Amino acid sequence: MALKIVKGSIDRMFDKNLQDLVRGIRNHKEDEAKYISTCIDEIKQELKQDNIAVKANAVCKLTYLQMLGYDVSWAAFNIVEVMSSSKFTYKRIGYLAASQCFHENTDVIMLTTNQIRKDLSSPNQYDTGVALTGLSCFVTPDLARDLANDIMTLMSHTKPYIRKKAVLIMYKVFLKYPESLRPAFPRLKEKLEDPDPGVQSAAVNVICELARRNPKNYLSLAPLFFKLMTSSTNNWVLIKIIKLFGALTPLEPRLGKKLIEPLTNLIHSTSAMSLLYECVNTVIAGQYSCSVGSVCLRISVVKYLGLLAMSKILKTHPKSVQSHKDLILQCLDDKDESIRLRALDLLYGMVSKKNLMEIVKKLMIHVDKAEGTTYRDELLTKIIDICSQSNYQYITNFEWYISILVELTRLEGTRHGHLIASQMLDVAIRVKAIRAFAVAQMATLLDNAHLLTGNMQRNGICEVLYAAAWICGEFSEHLENPVQTLEAMLRPKVATLPGHIQAVYVQNAAKLFATILKNQEGNTDSTAAQETSQLMIDRLPLFVQSANLEVQERASCILQLVKYIQKLQQKDVEVAEEVSALFAGELNPVAPKAQKKVPVPEGLDLDAWINEPPSESESEDEQPKAIFTKEEPKHSRPRHTEVDEKELARRREARKQEQANNPFYIKASPSSQKVYQETPGVEHIPVVQIDLSVPLKVPGLPMSDQYVKLEEERRQKERAEKKKKEKKKRKEKRSGRGKKHDSGPESEEDITPAHVVDIVTEEMPENALPSDDDDKDPNDPHKVCDIQGNLQDGSQVVVSVIFENKSDSFLKSMEFNVLDSLNSKLQRPEGSGPHDGLTVPFQLPPGVSNEARFVFTVQSIVMPQKLKGTLTFIVKDSSTHEKLDFKLHFTCTSYLITTPCYSDAFAKLLESGDLKSSSVRLEGVNMPFHHLLARICFHHHFSVVERIDSCASMYSRSIQGHHVCLLVKTSGQTVSIDAKCDEPTLLGNVLDEIKQTFSQC
Amino acid sequence: MRFMLLFSRQGKLRLQKWFTSMSDREKKKIIRDMTTMVLARQPRSCNFMQWKDLKIVYKRYASLYFCLGVESQENELLALEIIHRYVELLDKYFGNVCELDIIFNFEKAYFILDEFLMGGEVQETSKQIVNRSIEASDMLQEVRFTDMHQTLQDDRLE
Repeated sequence: MALKIVKGSIDRMFDKNLQDLVRGIRNHKEDEAKYISTCIDEIKQELKQDNIAVKANAVCKLTYLQMLGYDVSWAAFNIVEVMSSSKFTYKRIGYLAASQCFHENTDVIMLTTNQIRKDLSSPNQYDTGVALTGLSCFVTPDLARDLANDIMTLMSHTKPYIRKKAVLIMYKVFLKYPESLRPAFPRLKEKLEDPDPGVQSAAVNVICELARRNPKNYLSLAPLFFKLMTSSTNNWVLIKIIKLFGALTPLEPRLGKKLIEPLTNLIHSTSAMSLLYECVNTVIAGQYSCSVGSVCLRISVVKYLGLLAMSKILKTHPKSVQSHKDLILQCLDDKDESIRLRALDLLYGMVSKKNLMEIVKKLMIHVDKAEGTTYRDELLTKIIDICSQSNYQYITNFEWYISILVELTRLEGTRHGHLIASQMLDVAIRVKAIRAFAVAQMATLLDNAHLLTGNMQRNGICEVLYAAAWICGEFSEHLENPVQTLEAMLRPKVATLPGHIQAVYVQNAAKLFATILKNQEGNTDSTAAQETSQLMIDRLPLFVQSANLEVQERASCILQLVKYIQKLQQKDVEVAEEVSALFAGELNPVAPKAQKKVPVPEGLDLDAWINEPPSESESEDEQPKAIFTKEEPKHSRPRHTEVDEKELARRREARKQEQANNPFYIKASPSSQKVYQETPGVEHIPVVQIDLSVPLKVPGLPMSDQYVKLEEERRQKERAEKKKKEKKKRKEKRSGRGKKHDSGPESEEDITPAHVVDIVTEEMPENALPSDDDDKDPNDPHKVCDIQGNLQDGSQVVVSVIFENKSDSFLKSMEFNVLDSLNSKLQRPEGSGPHDGLTVPFQLPPGVSNEARFVFTVQSIVMPQKLKGTLTFIVKDSSTHEKLDFKLHFTCTSYLITTPCYSDAFAKLLESGDLKSSSVRLEGVNMPFHHLLARICFHHHFSVVERIDSCASMYSRSIQGHHVCLLVKTSGQTVSIDAKCDEPTLLGNVLDEIKQTFSQC
Repeated sequence: MRFMLLFSRQGKLRLQKWFTSMSDREKKKIIRDMTTMVLARQPRSCNFMQWKDLKIVYKRYASLYFCLGVESQENELLALEIIHRYVELLDKYFGNVCELDIIFNFEKAYFILDEFLMGGEVQETSKQIVNRSIEASDMLQEVRFTDMHQTLQDDRLE
């Protein structure tokens, strides 16, 4: 026996220990795999020995090899052997190996239960500790069930070292074996007040994790946590507690109010950035309206997180973010691309008419500086997104926008040529006033086309030429020097452009040709016209040879045409009129819904087969015969079952029920918040650096910068002149009662566009149907359901708007549109999007007024609301499209309905005690009491219940059934109003409005 | 927390700790993804990344990357603090820790981590207490070692 031990220990001297193994691996860099396989063989030998020290050494080496990625699952049983050693040194190694190598499906785990139990009850606290640590890594549902009781006892161990570990591992046990939560919870709760701070923080950790999964059950612990939060100085614990409160506040709004103070204190006092960040996050999530703005500044030290937090704030408090514009612009200079991209996302939501030019100017500077095409392209798309968002809402000067687009074409290597091109086309077509300018710019572009053709790839910058050629051709009457442009379009170099661009070149060269002929024929000198024809005839054959079918076809067609024209010209025949007739008529943009509005001509059945349908029986015959048994003849056609009315109603009810219960069923219109979507995974795109040593500057192109200055001057001038402008006036009314206008300080709406920006209306087919009636079946159960859903969701308010035409022109095609808020939405006909406008069903001759009604859905009526809106219309004479911005005020009063009430019912209501009271005093009211009452009744929809001398009680009801009771008393010039209502916010706002009414008289 | 990984600039794994049980295949996939993702980051870029539904928080100390995978609701800055605290603990234990210390004494590095974190939660926030418990268990180990040597020598004498 003794000999055996001696032999073992001598062997051991020659064994490799872990250090030797590591060193060996480092020395065998070339044949690592081979070296390790010999090591594994040695380890296998070592594991066969009886000596536990040798075994432990082997297991330790295996743990290292496991990390290097070698499979050691074959040694699982040896690991258990080492775990069960009585010596701490080996036990520790055994548990470490187990925690690294075991997972839930390791079968030997079930052998360990008794061993672990023994270790847990060991007198040595470190044995217990090691067992708990190991268990936390490989606990299985079986182990959790068998050991839950043992661990629970350990939670009240005398040593804090054990208590702490036991509390933490309980969380793992709960996850694997949820039944243990109920019996263990009281003890866990006790640990929140453990004298040892380590145990306490462990308990906070566990409960915080549990509460995140199911906050409702932990509301009762809120007071305890509140106490901990105000007393604890441990930041690690504080962060967890604040996170926990973040999960609890949505369930208990009162908690939010209570938290504001300690949270603000922490925000202003703490120096730990992580704690500050946690506080801010909770504040944002709770949407407390405390001073978030000041916090953003501090948090912005950690830029990425700051930007992330800001984008959250932007959704709720856009104003407070806008003041940090400069800071966000600075972030664009950051080295880290992900920070820059976040900042860009924020900018998108921040632009307004006032700051658009400034922001875009800054972005343009960044475009010039930017390294790497990916980021530059991102900037480019963002610029275009920002400018074009909501139908160019923020652009006041389109000349500026065109020059921005032209400047963007100088970007080398961009993949967004197509995007720029489509923007150019869109603007040039829809904004009539800009066409002359746009054409001039495009002509310069065509002249300098050689600068753009460096990048021939698809979607490269050469796409811009597509737009340029089309614009020059289509609006050629605006060209200053059409011959030069024609010459530019027919250069031999054009043949290197992609086919679809060449095709446009050829077609538009013909348009240009027509215009030139028209101009020149007026002159007496006919040689100029003939020279132009000759130019065409000389250059077009190049395109006739093109490999592209489209180019070839158009070119040869036009070539023959020009040859014929030349023949006529030589006979001195006037041809210009006829040639330009080829391209007469203006192309207008078509509304996306236009096709839908074309009525189907009578007698056309779209469902009918044009040719004989392939017979179904034929295909059935071809089906393979059943091999084994003859199949039951299936009902090849679904049997048309007659469903009676009752059954239909029942199904409808069931479906409604199901939809109501299904959280994923979206009832309301889709939200418009896609603005804030993150751009996923951009940072993974490998960035290719492109050396751009020569700055590309096209001579003669305007710099967009000058517009920023011009715009500033223009606005100044306009502010002075503004009052003179006569415009249509609109009134907002409800039930015929007038309301005041908003005439605050200069707001967004007051910035009028530079030159009249007539956005040309989108063309509808002539025989379009007037209504938006979609192809919906009136019996469709879903439709009925939708309408009911709306009624349940909120209250409907009808707003009558009086349109009065104060101008001298005839106005038509008026479209009324309101920017919906979360609370109030304009009801639009089914099938239209959330941003579509409603057509006003009449036209307005000069000096005439008319009333239209619009239905709004309002969720909460306790607060007054302002909605922004626009009215677009066409002035008939100039057929230009203009718009008028306005604001709709929804005062709280407008939700009240005059409802008569008898004095006994009134008294009962006051006695019920359900109403909250509030009061207001009006000083210096100089009018007879009955006038005063009449005023309240008239302006605020109340009715007098009872009047005794200088005292009166009044009553009104809101459309959502809130009772509002007033007791009005007067003595001399002072009027006091005591009021009661079951909704304190509503009451406060109504009283404010009453006060305002009297302050105006 | 889901996992903590330590790896070198060359992408060699130096330490791995999994706080939830995972199969070897999953582990290998995560390790591969993390090393390629983190090593591809430019110097001076920010320490947070999104990976599937997890937040990856990493920090580089000398030639070693410390990489922590946390759930998306977790506080990123707290995760950074955790990494830093662990480095402090290693530094205290080894005395000016370097990569080689961790390679050759990797089991010690694990023992320290086990005293600091457990089951993906912070177990002890006080540095002193962590150090004390590590020293105490090491002492225990030393005692046993000398015991063993004693017995071996006794055996030989017989």
